[in-house]
Amino acid sequence: MADKNEILAGLAEIVNEETGLETEEVQLEKSFTEDLDIDSISMMTIVVNAEEKFDVKIPDEEVKNLSTVGDAVTFIADAKG
Amino acid sequence: MTATLNQTETVAGTQVMGMGAYRPDVIVDNEQICQWIDSSDEWIRQRTGIRTRHRAAADVSVVDMAEGAAREALEKAGLTGEDVGAVIVATVTHPYQTPSAAAAVAHRIGSTPAAAFDISAACAGYCYGIAQADSFVRSGLAKHVLVIGVEKLSDVIDNHERSISFLLGDGAGAAVVGPAETPGISPSLLGSNGEKWDSVSMNGSLIPLRDALARARETGDAGELLDPETTLWPTLRQDGPTVFRWAVWEMAKTAQKALDAAGITAEDLAAFVPHQANIRIIDEMVKQLKLPEHVLVGRDIADAGNTSAASIPLAAHRLLEENPELSGGLCLQIGFGAGLVYGAQVVRLP
Repeated sequence: MADKNEILAGLAEIVNEETGLETEEVQLEKSFTEDLDIDSISMMTIVVNAEEKFDVKIPDEEVKNLSTVGDAVTFIADAKG
Repeated sequence: MTATLNQTETVAGTQVMGMGAYRPDVIVDNEQICQWIDSSDEWIRQRTGIRTRHRAAADVSVVDMAEGAAREALEKAGLTGEDVGAVIVATVTHPYQTPSAAAAVAHRIGSTPAAAFDISAACAGYCYGIAQADSFVRSGLAKHVLVIGVEKLSDVIDNHERSISFLLGDGAGAAVVGPAETPGISPSLLGSNGEKWDSVSMNGSLIPLRDALARARETGDAGELLDPETTLWPTLRQDGPTVFRWAVWEMAKTAQKALDAAGITAEDLAAFVPHQANIRIIDEMVKQLKLPEHVLVGRDIADAGNTSAASIPLAAHRLLEENPELSGGLCLQIGFGAGLVYGAQVVRLP
């Protein structure tokens, strides 16, 4: 099982690069849209960069289910197996 | 003995000889858009890069706009309508299923009896048209081909929906393709992905409208036609995030392949003119392609909005007007949109 802390840290860097948000702001319980104010287009950029960084596939239809940072971390961890 | 057939004599090189543009008079700014959807000028600028879009008045047709752009392109090329062997109009908003807009345009500009036909490849239509013009001229089928990308998208939008309508504008751009001593149009990359057929599409066909009209005539009750909740006139919709992802990451790869097919690198480019869908798509593509700073990028979307098949020739025309030194430089152009379809090639700017 991939280390969820490492995934969270990597994801936080991606979010920081796309939005300028501090990496500490990116916490598991935070909602991408409500708390971090990330729109659907920025979310796609984050998803594609996450696919590359973690070497996983995140299909379009799955993106809609990733409402919190924790959802994304869990999905990536499971996909990496 | 079987007779031997003649075949057309082929031509080695082709080029874009002149370009033209038609920008309709009505300017719709973001304040006006916000009368229809709950948004703000700042939000629209930030998310799309659009400040205004041009829209055609009710009495200005697709054919009118196409004619305007075509006349300028011919003049710039130093030709007249009589020199044109084929007229290709790329559009999805000519409001007659037949006859074509191209036949009307050809007649108006004095090109009759030139070959004339429309192509439906949405935002990739202009690049499809350039590819066909290149083939026509090189195969000897026509000496000069007029390619026009034209849209009156304001006829097929619902101002109150927020997936795509507020992005869209009207206009026309044209190019004359003719023979050249040195190659001026690279191999074109054309393709489609019908799996995503509904990610940018009309929200229905005209058949339900026909049936509702028939029912209203039969019963004398026009209620269904007048119900604001019933959308019988088909209008455009898109799944923005899906299209964004495809447009940026898949289309950046296609653009790179077009460069490879042309036998050049990004360093050799003078300009990059992608379809003007959204400034964030354009900026992200520039990043993915690692374009050097000297490459000028078409960003006409800020004033013109997304004009589908017209967006690439309009943006290229503007770059040339504002930067005449681009003439003779190489321009990578890529169109992508409803279908999904895409087309890309490198052209030497006239």
